Amino acid sequence: MATRLDTKMVPIPSAGIVPERDSGKMPVLVAAHLGITFGGLKAVDDFNISVGPTEIAGLIGPNGAGKTTVFNLLTKVYEPTHGTILINGRDTHNMSTVEVNKAGIARTFQNIRLFNNLTVEENVKLGLHNSINYTTLEGVLRMPRYWKAEKEAHERALELLSIFDMQDLADYKAGNLPYGAQRRLEIVRALATNPKLLLLDEPAAGMNPSETSELMDNIIKIRDTFQIAVLLIEHDMNLVMGICEGIAVLNYGKIIAKGTAEEIQNNPAVIEAYLGKKKEG
Amino acid sequence: MKNVQRKISLNKTTKSNFVTYGIVIAAFVIMEILMAAGMVSSLLKGLLVPICVYVIMAISLNLTVGVLGELSLGHAGFMSVGAFSGAVVSMMLQSVIPDAIPRLLISLVVGAIFAAIVGVLVGIPVLRLNGDYLAIVTLAFGEIIKSLITNMYIGLDENGLHFSMIKQKFELAEGGKMLIDGPIGLSGMRKVDSFAIGIVLILLCLMIIFHLVNSKSGRAIMALRDNRIAAESVGINVTKYKMMGFVISAAMAGAAGALFASNYSALQASKFDFNTSILVLVFVVLGGLGNMRGSVIAAALLTVLPELLRAFSDYRMLAYAIVLIGIMLVTHNPAIADRLKQIKIKQYKKSADRKAAAMEKKMVRQTAKKEGK
Ligand SMILES: Nc1ncnc2c1ncn2[C@@H]1O[C@H](COP(=O)(O)OP(=O)(O)O)[C@@H](O)[C@H]1O
Ligand SMILES: [Mg+2]
Repeated sequence: MATRLDTKMVPIPSAGIVPERDSGKMPVLVAAHLGITFGGLKAVDDFNISVGPTEIAGLIGPNGAGKTTVFNLLTKVYEPTHGTILINGRDTHNMSTVEVNKAGIARTFQNIRLFNNLTVEENVKLGLHNSINYTTLEGVLRMPRYWKAEKEAHERALELLSIFDMQDLADYKAGNLPYGAQRRLEIVRALATNPKLLLLDEPAAGMNPSETSELMDNIIKIRDTFQIAVLLIEHDMNLVMGICEGIAVLNYGKIIAKGTAEEIQNNPAVIEAYLGKKKEG
Repeated sequence: MKNVQRKISLNKTTKSNFVTYGIVIAAFVIMEILMAAGMVSSLLKGLLVPICVYVIMAISLNLTVGVLGELSLGHAGFMSVGAFSGAVVSMMLQSVIPDAIPRLLISLVVGAIFAAIVGVLVGIPVLRLNGDYLAIVTLAFGEIIKSLITNMYIGLDENGLHFSMIKQKFELAEGGKMLIDGPIGLSGMRKVDSFAIGIVLILLCLMIIFHLVNSKSGRAIMALRDNRIAAESVGINVTKYKMMGFVISAAMAGAAGALFASNYSALQASKFDFNTSILVLVFVVLGGLGNMRGSVIAAALLTVLPELLRAFSDYRMLAYAIVLIGIMLVTHNPAIADRLKQIKIKQYKKSADRKAAAMEKKMVRQTAKKEGK
C-alpha cells in the first residue's frame, strides 16, 4: 500500500515506517520494548521503532507524552529500565552518552543547550572534538600538528556553518545569538560529530513560518548531502507531515500509531488523542 | 573580506594574551630598575616572591573556578604539598647539587608533580560526581593536609631517610638533620633569590593556560563548564577533562608552593590554611572568573596593599568577606545581569546592521557596475 507524499525531494515511502529505498538495509536505529519508570510513572512504555539509514522519521504526540524522554533514553541521558537499543546493529547496553555519540547518534535539545560563553565557531569545533587529532601536550606546546588540525577544524566548522548560512556569525558568543540561530547552531554542532542518526527535539519551536519552511528544506538537504537518518520531534504539523516519511505517535508513553503522514492523519486513535484536540484548541 | 575579519578577531585574543605577558614583564623590569636605584624598601623587597607565588596561585585557581567551573576551597592544600615536597627534595640534594638555582628548579618540578598526584587522588572520587561536591571535599582536603604535615617527621642521615607520623619514632645518626619536624615544620633551609624565577614561572603558567584554553582540551573543559549534558552529547568525556583542568591547576599551585618555600628559611604547615585558600579565591573573584589578567593584577595588588597598610591588617579578612559578598551580589543581581545582556544584544544588533549595510552597499555597487557595462 504505497502512499504518496507531495513534497518534492522526499522519495516515495512504503506503507511501513522504513522507506522502500532503505528496506533490506540494516536500520540505523532499532529500539525494542524500550521503557522507563519515574517513581511509578511509566514515562515511556514498550516503545518500538526502527529507522532506516536515510530516513526522515517523526515522533509526535501531545505535551508530556514522553517524546523527549525517548530521546533521553536513546542517548543514555537516562538508563532505560526495559528494552534494547541497537545503533547500526550494535547493542548500546552499558554505553554512556559519550559512547552513544561515538556510535553515531547526535542530538539537539528542546531547551537549547549551547556552550553559551563560547563562540559559534568554538561550539562547532566542540562537535568536531573527536575528529581533531592532537594531544593536549601538542596543543599547549603549539606543535605543527596543533596548527594543522586547528586550521582544518576551522575550515570544516565554517563549511558546516554555511549549511545554514551562519559562517559570518562564527565569532559571536553562542549565548548572544537570536533564538532561531541558536537552534540552527545546535543542529550544526550535532552534525559536526559526524552522526549516522540526527535526533532533533522540536527544531522549529519558536521559529516563524518562513524560518520553519527554510528549516524543512535544510533538514532534507542535510539528509541528502550527509546521507544520514533524521528522527525529529515536532509540534508543527506542516513540518512533520511535509518531510517525515514515517511517523510514530506517542501518547501517555505508548505508541498509539505508526505509519506515513496520510495514514497518521486518517488514524482515528491519533485524531482522538492528538490532532482532534489540537484542531479544537 | 571574511578572512580578514577573522584574522583580526583571532589576533584579538592573542593580543590580549601578549598584553598580560607584557604587564608581568614590565612589572619585573620596573622593580629591577627601582631596586638597582635603591628605591625599594626592604619590606617590599621581601614581598616580591610572595607576590609571584600568589599570582600563580590565583591564575591556577582561576583555571579550576573560572575555566573549569568547579569551586575549590582547598587550593592552599596543593600549595602546601608542593612547598613541603619541593623543600624536602631540595634539602636532600643540598650535598649533591650545591648550586641553589638548579636545586630550586628541581624543587619546583617536584612540588608540581607531588601536587598533581595529590590532585588526582582528590579528583578521582569527586570529579565523577555532578554537583558542588568538589567544594566540600577540597575544603576537607586542605584541613587534612595541614594536620598530616603538622604531624609528620622526616629526617635524613647517613642511613638514608627516616619517616614517622604523630611522634618522632626514629633516632638520627651523628650529622643527620630533621627535614620536617612535626609542628616546627621545615627549618634550616637556605633562602634563594627567586624573584626572576618567580616571574618566569608566572609567564610559563600563563602561557600554559592561554594555550590550553585555545586548544581542543581547553575548549572541552570550558564546554563542560557551560553545559555538561551537551558536552556529553557531542562525545566529550567529562570526567577526563574535569580531571585534566583540576590536576593542571593543582600542579601549578604545587610549583607556587615550592617557590614560596624557597623564600623562607623555616616554614610551618599552618601557613597554608583555609584563610589562604579563601584569600586566593578572593583574588580570583575580584579579578574576574576566567580572566587571567584580572587575577594577576588582583593578586599582586592585594598582596602588596595589606602589607603596606599593616595597621589595618586585623580587618583584612573582614574586608575581603565584605568585598566578596558585594561582588557576588552585584554579579548575581538579575537586574544588572539583564542590563549587561541588553548591552550585548545591542552590540550584536549594531554589528549585524553594519554587516547588512555593507552587504547592501556591495550589492548596489555590483549592480551599478553591471549596469554600467
Ligand atoms: N527526570 C524525570 N523525572 C521524573 N519524571 C520525568 C523526568 N523526565 C520526564 N518526566 C516525566 O515524563 C513525562 C514525559 O515527559 P517528556 O518526555 O518531557 O514529554 P514530551 O517531550 O513528550 O512533552 C512527563 O510526565 C514528565 O513529567
Ligand atoms: Mg519534549
